[in-house]
Amino acid sequence: MPGLGTSFGRGGATTFQQDLQNSDCILIMGSNMAEQHPVGFQWVIEAKERGAKVIHVDPRYTRTSAMADLHVPIRGGTDIAFLGGLARYILENDRDFREYVRHYTNAHVIIKDGYQGPEAQPDDVGAAQASEAGSRAGGKPTGLFSGWQADEQLYRIDTWGYAGTSGETAGGGKVQAADVSGEQAHGAHGVNLDRGEPPQVDFDLEHPNCVFQILRRHFARYTPEMVADVCGVPEEQFVRVAEWLCDNSGRERTSAFVYAVGWTQHTHGVQNIRAASIVQLLLGNIGRPGGGIMALRGHANIQGSTDIPTLYNILPGYIPMPHPQQTPTLATFVEKNGPKTGAWGSLDTYMTSLLKAWFGEAATAENDFCFNHLPRIDGDHSIYPTMVRMIEGQCKGLFAVGQNPVVGSANARLQREALSSLEWLVVRDLAEIETASFWYDSPEIEAGETSPEQIGTEIFFLPAASHTEKDGTFTNTQRLLQWHHKAVESPEDCRSELHFMYHLGKRIKARVEGSTDPIDRPILDVTWDYPTQGPDDEPDAEAVLQEIGGRHADGSYVGKYQELAADGSTACGSWIHAGIYNDGENQTARKKPHTEQNWIAPEWGWAWPSNRHILYNRASADPEGNPWSERKRYVWWSAEEGKWQSVGDDVDFPPTKAPDYVPEEDAEGMAAMRGTNPFILHPDGLGWLYAPTGLVDGPLPTHYEPHESPVDNALYGQRANPTRQEFDREDNPYHPPGSDVFPFVLSTYRLTEHHTAGGMSRTLPYLAELQPELFVEVSPELAQERGLRHADWATIVTARTAIEARVMVTDRVRPMTIGSHPPRTVHQVGLPYHWGRNGIAKGDAANELVSMVLDLNVHIAEYKVLTCDVRPGRRPRGKDLTAYVEGYRRRAGVLHEARHPGD
Amino acid sequence: MGYSLPTTAWPSSYGEHARARKGFFTDTSVCIGCKACEVACKEWNDVPARNGAQPAYFTGESYDNTIDLGADTWRHVAFVEQRKALDVDDGMGMSLAEAAALEGMARSEGLATYQDGEGMRWLMASDVCKHCTHAACLEVCPTGSLFRTEFGTVVVQEDICNGCGYCVPACPFGVLDQRQDDGRVWKCTLCYDRLKDDKEPACAQACPTNSIQYGDLDELRERADERLQQLTDAGLEQARLYGADDQDGVGGFGAFFLLLDEPEAYHLPPDPVDTTRDLGGIYRATAAAAVALVAGLTAAVLGGRR
Repeated sequence: MPGLGTSFGRGGATTFQQDLQNSDCILIMGSNMAEQHPVGFQWVIEAKERGAKVIHVDPRYTRTSAMADLHVPIRGGTDIAFLGGLARYILENDRDFREYVRHYTNAHVIIKDGYQGPEAQPDDVGAAQASEAGSRAGGKPTGLFSGWQADEQLYRIDTWGYAGTSGETAGGGKVQAADVSGEQAHGAHGVNLDRGEPPQVDFDLEHPNCVFQILRRHFARYTPEMVADVCGVPEEQFVRVAEWLCDNSGRERTSAFVYAVGWTQHTHGVQNIRAASIVQLLLGNIGRPGGGIMALRGHANIQGSTDIPTLYNILPGYIPMPHPQQTPTLATFVEKNGPKTGAWGSLDTYMTSLLKAWFGEAATAENDFCFNHLPRIDGDHSIYPTMVRMIEGQCKGLFAVGQNPVVGSANARLQREALSSLEWLVVRDLAEIETASFWYDSPEIEAGETSPEQIGTEIFFLPAASHTEKDGTFTNTQRLLQWHHKAVESPEDCRSELHFMYHLGKRIKARVEGSTDPIDRPILDVTWDYPTQGPDDEPDAEAVLQEIGGRHADGSYVGKYQELAADGSTACGSWIHAGIYNDGENQTARKKPHTEQNWIAPEWGWAWPSNRHILYNRASADPEGNPWSERKRYVWWSAEEGKWQSVGDDVDFPPTKAPDYVPEEDAEGMAAMRGTNPFILHPDGLGWLYAPTGLVDGPLPTHYEPHESPVDNALYGQRANPTRQEFDREDNPYHPPGSDVFPFVLSTYRLTEHHTAGGMSRTLPYLAELQPELFVEVSPELAQERGLRHADWATIVTARTAIEARVMVTDRVRPMTIGSHPPRTVHQVGLPYHWGRNGIAKGDAANELVSMVLDLNVHIAEYKVLTCDVRPGRRPRGKDLTAYVEGYRRRAGVLHEARHPGD
Repeated sequence: MGYSLPTTAWPSSYGEHARARKGFFTDTSVCIGCKACEVACKEWNDVPARNGAQPAYFTGESYDNTIDLGADTWRHVAFVEQRKALDVDDGMGMSLAEAAALEGMARSEGLATYQDGEGMRWLMASDVCKHCTHAACLEVCPTGSLFRTEFGTVVVQEDICNGCGYCVPACPFGVLDQRQDDGRVWKCTLCYDRLKDDKEPACAQACPTNSIQYGDLDELRERADERLQQLTDAGLEQARLYGADDQDGVGGFGAFFLLLDEPEAYHLPPDPVDTTRDLGGIYRATAAAAVALVAGLTAAVLGGRR
């Protein structure tokens, strides 16, 4: 989650759901919280009962809108225009929390002279940059930051840095720029500062190149009128939102933001979150009770799957994956990836402890703690490029574990093409999902384009145990780990993931036993000896948790991450989880009822890091260490005791560091953090209004249209995010911008009644009957325009393919009026994506329609906005379908060539 | 305790075994339509899903695909989409005070949410057997399968029900229903088995927003009065309690509701009446008519002899 990581230091929600009850105003945007997080939504209801205002900004009126005080319909994909509008409103009306902004954010830091924002006119920019964009734009500013390399389609970011620092963070080629993950993983890297101090500052916030002034210039044109033109939100409605937020922020009051995949699944998703972070920093709402940004993760353990990652480019605890050339030794790795100051200043201890956990006795100071046993990343190995590599024959096998790509991933047809190109495929799931059955049942087989005889992939379907059938943890959306105990034996030969991975590892180790080939050395050295129990040799999940939580050389458990050492005397599988087995107790299994402890409930499960619930909570006190107000008291400095106090949470700050502490010359690590700086993961301890490094598409969020959009960018010459990751392939065709063959905006989403790609819900009778069929939500106006009849069938078409769904004509979807000269209407169409060909509730998969086009920062697809056509009636069958879609492609002039520069 | 709602059989027939009358207060103002109550009910009570021979289908009734209470649906969440034309900007023929009041109402109800000034509202409400104080179903049951429990609730005993179906038309809410392949009548038991173990019913336990509240009926009534007052004070003038009046046609519900609109908006009868309430009168009238008829016939016959 680099949006939050670059802004605040850690890639996780800054607060927890229970804290929403303390909010005075809650803005839910990019999230349908009542439907997707109904249990957590009780805290929004609680806040509302206490008098909070609840605002829902969303293209559709959903179950969340129904509970809100105000629903603001917005044109899909224009969130940055809206949030930038909020930032401008706050700045131009002096509604920011100035004392907070001055001391706790980098507003006062002066940026390099060479920095130029997207407001530059085409003439101001070097000839090599975006001249084409400028000429196409008719006098609009370029929309590009300084450093744009039109030929390479990437930014060199050395002009984005703090004035007086060296700019050594420029990436190499485009692929490397995305993959040198030191810059990407959490934004903490690449800025090395003496004593943690930015070299040039202006605490009056008046220097023209200080972040505060850059911000004002950057958002100057994001006026309420512009918001109305771009987003379709009437001015008075926008101003009401802005006023509610401003009125409910400051010393006495706090506002919270809630988002989910409605913000992330865009070609500018990370910048959506950056925009929200800027607004919340300006309003002084981070690190305070009732404030913060609540990132709602997609389902039960998504947060856990990035903390101890299933991602290719980070190691546990957001440590970057080593680079093949730049980091030949542990020392150079630490040098390259750990700034000297802040909590990342101790990267050597985190990394050494991780290597000790993995390689045990074999890891010694002499062999660099087996650092060179770690694989290196040489390119972009995220999921979509990997699927393409399968088609190209470069990737031969795949484990799909709890993943149903032919329903859940963009461009489902391409996903099947990739799976068909494999030599082998292992699918582990609760039921036979479409990813396991595509070889005998798929739209291509239905259309006669392929047959089981033509698919050579050897497929192994292995039934999995469900969470009630095994021990383990869930890490929920707020970084809270909760232990679940095995309640029932799994049926027949269903096994847990832990069982599968452990025994697979055993067999691989047995295979290479006795080998002297150096390539087998890491496998021989890796520790792989968890105790097992029962007739099926189920590994002990608590033993794994103990390894994650860490031990000292004498076998005692690590209490907190500050105990980790770089000399090999500690082993810890994930530094952010250090202390999870503190005092020999499984901290995640604590289940003291909320009625028996304070409202923070610190004895219910365990939140990383160090059971901290509100992060950066030093910011809940003023620079002198006093609470900003009694009403919002959370953490404060006690001069008598010489330490920080709190209402019951862990303090996210060195416990005895006084507010007036100033680092000495040459101070490093946490010693280089001033007593006033709450964002201790950042090398300067500040909240980053401006992100000098960490993102590939700019230090500030900028409004771009989605890759497929019916309109031009009203603000800039650059239409869509210039760094977006495209796949210009015949099997992944895109719609031309503004195509009237695909005139409507389509958004995919989920329903309460089903679970993601349906593997856990379409097969269950009680859930299947609640939403038995795929439907498409359209406004009465669009229904009339296209002759769609309620509850009848409709066909939804993109250049990828066509699918059919039942028609839901509803006032909850409204056409948007945008632009002013002249105004035009944009119709939006809603499509839940849970359905597939298997299970009880069957239907076409919405992701058949979606193309692969990604946010380069995180390689996430733009599921939330694409263009489409909608027609009454069922879709054609068999070869007729192929011809039908081909007709659309021809009429739309769909091209497969690389995009034009400046588009 | 301001309320005591004695039914015919409770508490008197239970003597010392009688327990406080239990019920539901369903506060629809905080229902988010998640349907966890429907699923939890089915899971706990082993109620069959509608698949197989008569599979569920897209009904088009907003997000409601279960449509009504029945033998296989003991909790049912209704979804009511309302779009109210509140021409706030059109001040013609309206006093400033009226316009301001309308604007205020629209804001407080979150109605004035669309750019064209038209308000949208999506009401959600979890319906259930009302466990009436005067329960006609129970009165007409010839086998004694339907009975009043020690908690004052109304329960069908599946091993006694013979499927005669008399209770089906007796219910003023259409709750009682015979299962297709079985013939017997099935409905909410207020989780009688859980109550016996001092556990709350499955639906109430699953409800994430506390829209379904379970407890002693007296206490729930008081809580509901307070809640209604709170909402009325906040300007939700259409909010009302439904089934919390012991003078109504069924003597009050054991499971009552807070609604945000008229009962009809939720497809609920506005003035339900215990269908056996007038039976005494009907019998008396029938008897009187019979007497009159006999008297008339006798008179006619006797007169004819003249």
